[in-house]
Amino acid sequence: MPLVRLRGPLKRMAGDRAEHAVDGRTVGELLIALERAHPSASGWILDERGVLRQHINVFVNGELGGQDTQVDAGDRVDVLPAISGGR
Amino acid sequence: MTELLVGTRKGLFVLEGEPGSPFDPTARAFPGDEVEYALRDPRSGRLLASVTSPFYGPKIWYCDDPAGDWEQADGVALPASGDAALTRIWVIVTGEADGTLYAGGDPGVLFESRDGGASFELNRGLWEHPTRARWQPGAGGMCLHSIETWPGEPDRLAVAISAAGVWLTDDGGTTWRRGNDGLVARYLPEDAPTDEVALCVHRLQRAPRRPERIFMQFHGGVYRSDDGGESWIDIAAGLPSDFGFPLAIDPADPDSAYVIPLAADIDRVTPDGRVRVYETRDAGGAWTPRGDGLPAEHAYLTVLREAFGHAGQGETLELYFGATSGAVFGSGDAGASWFEAAINLPPVLSVAVGSSA
Repeated sequence: MPLVRLRGPLKRMAGDRAEHAVDGRTVGELLIALERAHPSASGWILDERGVLRQHINVFVNGELGGQDTQVDAGDRVDVLPAISGGR
Repeated sequence: MTELLVGTRKGLFVLEGEPGSPFDPTARAFPGDEVEYALRDPRSGRLLASVTSPFYGPKIWYCDDPAGDWEQADGVALPASGDAALTRIWVIVTGEADGTLYAGGDPGVLFESRDGGASFELNRGLWEHPTRARWQPGAGGMCLHSIETWPGEPDRLAVAISAAGVWLTDDGGTTWRRGNDGLVARYLPEDAPTDEVALCVHRLQRAPRRPERIFMQFHGGVYRSDDGGESWIDIAAGLPSDFGFPLAIDPADPDSAYVIPLAADIDRVTPDGRVRVYETRDAGGAWTPRGDGLPAEHAYLTVLREAFGHAGQGETLELYFGATSGAVFGSGDAGASWFEAAINLPPVLSVAVGSSA
């Protein structure tokens, strides 16, 4: 399964664990599966419509991706706050 | 000792002090996040804060000790099947019924809690109102910022949305009707339809001793309603500017109101470089500037709509307002004199009195 990596408050909201092996074919599916496994993380990465929040970036194996980016077993997905959100 | 809850662009600051002297910060929470509003529910002592992380979205948090752990309230979201996402929560107020609180947010939405703020539910009557497609946002978004309860009548509410006008309910929010008669929007054509909803109300405050009376700061206009918000009378004559955001009232005196005029409406700073609060004691017939102790020259402050709190009443009414400069000013004598409560906070979004004794 792909591995989702979280930091900071996202890690805390997801059971205080940084790494989560979850099932899915796209980044969006992984994040939905992550929310199901950790309901307290709901609304933090995806909004209530299931859309990736504007100032959250996802990287697949180090490359900037998006919600529709395909993932395979063994891929690493880092979920990070974007510098665009700072002020 | 008075406790102030100051929401800023960089977190919540809890200040404590005695009127007349600078206040001391006793706690800070949510550093780095915008805290639009915070209040202490006087019934339970619980603190609630609306917090918008630029990264993780809007949340409501609650706790019993601001220096301790906060818990996230449930239900603060729009329906998953819709096209819109909640952008922010602008204000939280206590309701008339036990354990009831309301929260207003963007896009023009009202939430209700019946368990003291642990969970909230979207008000469907307003969310599904047939005119919603015509509602327009103001510069700050489509914010539902004013929620005025009616003392002793929990089913009666007046809310205001920028820029979708005043909405009234007598049945606990099942149905809503407009309350905009008499409002004149200078930014609309003279022949705009009378049912036009693009009315940019900046703030409402109800007079609790005479609840049919509500004061309004409009986007160009100051008004008073004597019929529960159904219709409005222009009371801006005598002010240096009829533009501004916040309002305060003296709970003991239904003829009282305080506004902080700003140069209209592109500039949005205190006029002539002077910071002055204007007070009426005759329901808007005349306005008196109150500036003793406030900056009198080279002061160009912006005071936002939730950044004017009050506690007590009568001659010992306490008034506090904060500016985007990071300064907070207070008065312990109903505006007769003012002092600096804080000077170097981040830009102030809201000021509420948590407790005063």
